[in-house]
This record gives sequence, C-alpha cells and structure tokens, in this order.
Amino acid sequence: MDLQFSSDDLAFQDEVRSFLKENLPASVLDRSDRGLHPLKDDIVAWQKTLHKKGWIAPNWPVKHGGTGWSLTQKYIYNREYFLTGAPQTIAFGLNMVGPVIYTFGTQKQKDKYLTDILQSNVWWCQGYSEPGAGSDLASLRTRAVRDGDDYVVNGQKIWTSWAQYADMMFCLVRTDPDVKQQEGISFLLIDMTSPGIEVRPIIGLDGEHSLNEVFFDDVRVPAENLIGEENKGWTYAKFLLGNERNTIARVSRSQYQLKRLKEVARAERRGAGHLIEDTDFRRRIARIETDLMALEAMELRYLSQDIAGKKLMAEPSVLKIRGAEIAQAIKTLTVEALGPYGMVYESEDQLTMRNDGPLGPEYAHGAMADHLYQRAATIYGGTNEIQRNIIAKLILR
Amino acid sequence: MNFELSGEQQMLKDSVERFVQDNYEFAKRKDLAGSALGYSDSHWAVFAEMGWLMLPFAEENGGLGGSAVDMGVVTEALGAGMTLEPLVPSVLLGGKLVEALGGAAQKDNILSAVAGGQLKLALAYGEPHARFDLNYVEATAVKSGNKYVLNGRKSVVLQAASADKIVVIARTSGDAADTSGISAFLIDADTTGLLKQDYPMVDGQRASDLWLQDVQAELLGAEGAAFAALQSVIDGAICAVCSEAVGAMGRVLEMTKDYTATRNQFGKAISDNQVVQHRLVDMFTVLEESKAITDMTTMRLAEGAQNTSALVSAMKAKVGEAARFVGAQGVQLHGGIGMTDEYPIGHYFKRLMAIDVMFGDSAHHLNRYAEGIATGANS
Repeated sequence: MDLQFSSDDLAFQDEVRSFLKENLPASVLDRSDRGLHPLKDDIVAWQKTLHKKGWIAPNWPVKHGGTGWSLTQKYIYNREYFLTGAPQTIAFGLNMVGPVIYTFGTQKQKDKYLTDILQSNVWWCQGYSEPGAGSDLASLRTRAVRDGDDYVVNGQKIWTSWAQYADMMFCLVRTDPDVKQQEGISFLLIDMTSPGIEVRPIIGLDGEHSLNEVFFDDVRVPAENLIGEENKGWTYAKFLLGNERNTIARVSRSQYQLKRLKEVARAERRGAGHLIEDTDFRRRIARIETDLMALEAMELRYLSQDIAGKKLMAEPSVLKIRGAEIAQAIKTLTVEALGPYGMVYESEDQLTMRNDGPLGPEYAHGAMADHLYQRAATIYGGTNEIQRNIIAKLILR
Repeated sequence: MNFELSGEQQMLKDSVERFVQDNYEFAKRKDLAGSALGYSDSHWAVFAEMGWLMLPFAEENGGLGGSAVDMGVVTEALGAGMTLEPLVPSVLLGGKLVEALGGAAQKDNILSAVAGGQLKLALAYGEPHARFDLNYVEATAVKSGNKYVLNGRKSVVLQAASADKIVVIARTSGDAADTSGISAFLIDADTTGLLKQDYPMVDGQRASDLWLQDVQAELLGAEGAAFAALQSVIDGAICAVCSEAVGAMGRVLEMTKDYTATRNQFGKAISDNQVVQHRLVDMFTVLEESKAITDMTTMRLAEGAQNTSALVSAMKAKVGEAARFVGAQGVQLHGGIGMTDEYPIGHYFKRLMAIDVMFGDSAHHLNRYAEGIATGANS
C-alpha cells in the first residue's frame, strides 16, 4: 500500500495544472467562484479551448477523440480541473449521449454527431424524467409511434436542464405499451427545432431558469434517429447512467468550495473578531473537512480497486450519497456564515438591474444561489434514498 | 497510489485471521475476559512466535522494521475477534516509547524482551485532571543522584496489572500544561512506593490507576524533552486502534446482516423493511469511510508525512463516531437479544465504545483538528 503517484503521473499533474491555470478565463473563474452558472457563450468557448488541447473527452476511446489516459491520469485530470475552480463541462453531449452514440450508434450517427459534440457545436439536453416518472424512470409514458420513415412523438418531459439552449435532445420514449415497462422503451435523438416541440421554463428555488418542461405534440422524428434497436432503449439508458461516475464524489470541487468557506469565515466580522474564531463554527467546518477527507480516501481506495481490476458494485452509490451530502453541507454552512445576510436574496437579473451595488457582502449572492441550486444534488441522478436501495440490494443477501 | 495489500501483507493478514478463527470463538473470549489475567499467556506466546510483537520495531533493535500499514493489517484482523492480549500497551505504547527515547543500553535490555513476549510494558501517561490532553502533566519527577524520584497520580493505564515494567510520564519542569518539561521514566511494576488499583474496563480489557509516592525511576531520553515522542507514539497507537475498530465494525455489520435476514416479524424477515435496509446501508457507508481514512492515514504516517497530528485527529474523529454508530445500531437492529451479555453484539458495542474513548474521543479530536483551522495549519 502506498499513496505516491509515479513521477510520470506527477509530471502530468503539473502539465494539467499549469495549462488550466493559464487558459481558464478570469471571467469564467469569477462566476464559478461566486457560485453562479457559467454563461452559455463562456462555457462553450471554454470547452472549445479544452477541445483544441485534446482534453475535452478524457473518457472517450482514442479513435473517437479521447485522450488514452490511464485511470490514474483521468483521476488526476479531474482533480486538478476542479481544484482550478473551473466550472464543470456540460455533461449532456460529452458524458452522456456521446458514449451512447459511439457504443450503440450507426456509422452514420457517429459521423453526424460525434465531432459536433467534441467541438461543442451542438448543445444537447436530456429527455428522461416525466411528471409521472422520476426515480421510477421506467414508468415513462411519452409515446412514439412509427409512421413510415418517422416516429411521431407525443408527451411531456420535465426537469430538462438547459433545454432553452439545446439544439438536440436524447429522449426516452415508449414504443411498446403492451410489454413489461423496461422492454417497451426506445432511445431517440430529437432535433429541438422540430415543429410541435414547446419548451416552457421552470423557475427554480434560486429564482433562475435552468429547468424546463418540454412538450411534444405530433413531433415527427426520422426513424434514422433511433439509437440501436427499437424497444431496447432501457439498456442504453442504463449504460448512460453508469457513465456518470467520474466526478460523482465531487471531492476536489468540494475541497475548493471548503477553502472558499474558510475565506468567508475569515472575512465575516463578529464584534471585534471574526467568525473563524467562533469555536462552534470552526468545529462545524472541521466536521465537514474530516468527512471530506474520508470521502477522498474512499475515492482513492475505489480507484485503486478499479486499477486492480475489481468490479465496483455498491461503491459508486456510496460516493454519490456522501459526495452530495458533503457538497450540500458546505453550501449550507457558507450561507450560515453570512449571518443576517443569509436571509437576503434576489435573482441575478434583479440584482444586475440595481444601480445601488451588491446586497451585503460581495460573496453573499452566489453563496445563496449555489446553496439553493445544490439542494438538487441529493435528488438528481437517482435520489439518495434510491441510492440506498441500490446499495441494500447489493450488500444484502 | 495503491490500497491493495502486498503478498506479504496478505499472508500476514491470513495468519492473524486464522489465529482469531481458531482461538477467539466468542464463548472462549468471554471466559478469557473473565479470568484473573484477563487474557491468555499462551496466546501471548503465539503473538511472540508469529513475530507480531517484533513487527513495529526497527531491525537494528531486533524488530522486523514493519510500517504502520503492516501493523494495521495485524490489528484490523485482531479487532474482528476483539482479542484481549496487550499488544497495544506493551508493544505500541511502552515498547515504541522506549525505542524512541531510550539509550542503547535501555533498548538492548528491554526491546528484545518485549518483542519476544518475555517482558510486558505499560505506558502511564494519562492523569485525572488531563482528560485527553497529553501535555497536561501534574506528576513530578525530581532528580536525586543518578535516579529520579516520582510523585503523583496516573489514571486508566492500559494493562498495567500484568505489566513487568511501566513507562511513566512525569514533569521535570514547567507548568502543568507546558509541552516542554515532560520526561519519560522507567519503573518496575513491583517497585516501592507504587500503589496500583486494578480494574476491568467496559470492553473486558484491564486497566489501573497508579499512585506514585517517592518512586525511584530511571530516565528515558533527555530530561524535559519527551513530549514529541509521546505524541508520535500515541499517534501510532491511534492508527492501530482505528484499524481494530474497522475489523470490529466489519464483524458487527456481518452479524447484523445475518440476524436481520433470519429474524421474522409480521410474516417477513426484518431486513425486508426499507428502514432496516437503509440503516444497514448507513452502517456500511461509515465502515467504508473508516476503512478508507484509516488506510490513507496509516499510509501517510508510514510515508513520513508532516502535520501527522491533524491527519490522525481527523481519522480518530471519523472512526470514533463511526464506531459508536455501528455498535449502537448493531444492538438496535438485534432488538432484545442485543441487550444480553450472552450474545456477542453487545460486546462489540462496548469494545467500539472503548475504542472511541481511547486516546481521545471523537469530540476531542474534532476540536484538535478545528484548532488547526483557526491557526491556519489546516487551511
């Protein structure tokens, strides 16, 4: 047992660190530091920078544009990426539908979509959840009926992040209502400009528009946009969810944000002193920090098992549960650090329309915005309760 | 970066597990815990024969030069069986402090006998007013000729009743809370002026309070400069008991999974209830955290990390809390039978509780870690 990385890996770490530091635009870092979503043009430009460097899709096979890095190098890259403070790249194309297309798609589909995903030319969104199908995803009801060379799609998706920016959606639809739920689902690629699609905003707890409802009214989708076989979509959907594990523990992102929390606690005044001198507050930081150290140790231990060729079963769910809980604890405590300004909030639009400056300390707005947004961390991608069900199934006989 | 055991470590683990399996069936452990000595001298001979007692000493001191990681492999496997022999007090506390501070002659006289199991040591560092602070020492030592004269009281000294020699921490100068002025001494267990009150602990192990009245003692190392070595020895022992806790928690989880899968209520196994499943998952999760942070911290120590105190405190805070949780939930999910002395689960609960308290409970270590945030040491 040892914790040392090889000298090659350490050299790689230096290379990654200096490239990211030198190339991450200050404006992108500033929004990310303040807990705000990146602007669309900014994140696209940043992703294009990473693409030019060849680092946009570390997990893709080399022949499709991946990096060919070892598991350790991928770990190091992700760690350095988030320690830089950079915002996460948009996952829908790069981490979700891209791997589905190069694994299950036709040559024509690969030719048509993969380059645009790597170059961030096309913005994808995820059509999974429906009003009646959240954690129980397989009960989805959006219907697709074959009609000549098209499918005709009717129904509704919900919680669709960034659908307002999206050019394309990968969408789970029901193609056979008469068989077992999982066996009647297909995986379609849908052009968001198709007639009959309506995107309606859902304003979130943070007062911002990141979520949407998407309605389908006799939307015609060319049958060549079907991934794999009809009624086999559940297999591809599960494959996609299994690919979300890379950054699931969000250790280095949380380390970065914990450092920010300490900065806030050092800046916040309390009488003649500062909040960081409050023993109870400091203890609560310490508790989160020790939790985070244990999470980092788990992530490394599982990486080591992965490298040794052991198949990970319940482990990703453990990382998801603790990673989300710890991220939320950091955000909650950061807002608490604001004292009375921890009650103050308005959306970014309203805030920027003011001509009388920020409300309270400069860091207050984003701290609350991110805190509100991150309440979703224990809900999306399978709620923490669902994750516990998954672990129970795997560890109990 | 590698969390997997080497071939040698795997063999070591297998041999300890075999020993536990062959000798520590629960009823046998219960008898041993109730015996006059509180453990078995013939088991102790096996510990010596297998080399487990020499493992952590440097080769030039007659040891095997094993690392903290190697020691963790042994104590994790021992922890699963809640073994009673005084490996931690004699080897990792007394022995390691002699190795850290002693002169050549003292090491020659003592370490090979400790590593061979012929000589047992205990380490008397705690005091009634010190709580868990290693630097708080009221017991005094005054030089007299080439010896020192010790006075004061020491509390909850692990396995002092059966120790042949005791390493005593006493103050040669300064105020009670100073880190300088702390010295280490060696005394015989049957020396004049030493009064011992021996008693059992909640986990079946033994400890003693000591009263020292003009006890003649031999200095270990330089006068007034024992604190750093003491802290580092305690850090090592904390790693060992955290590994023990990991072993014990693993057993609790296994027993509780088995029990809840077979215990029927309302016409189904109680583990068919989601609330029971999620509790088991939470136990599994804190065990995974404990295993990982213990392995990571032990590796950091073995690799000579700086700021080891912060790392060790983070580990002990996490593992101590996990130990309490897993032990308590083990009892809870067993229901009434978990409350009985006859059934193993309650004994694991008590052992895990004792491990939390040992060398500072989770609250103490969390505070210690938090202090580093104030000073910027853990920024």
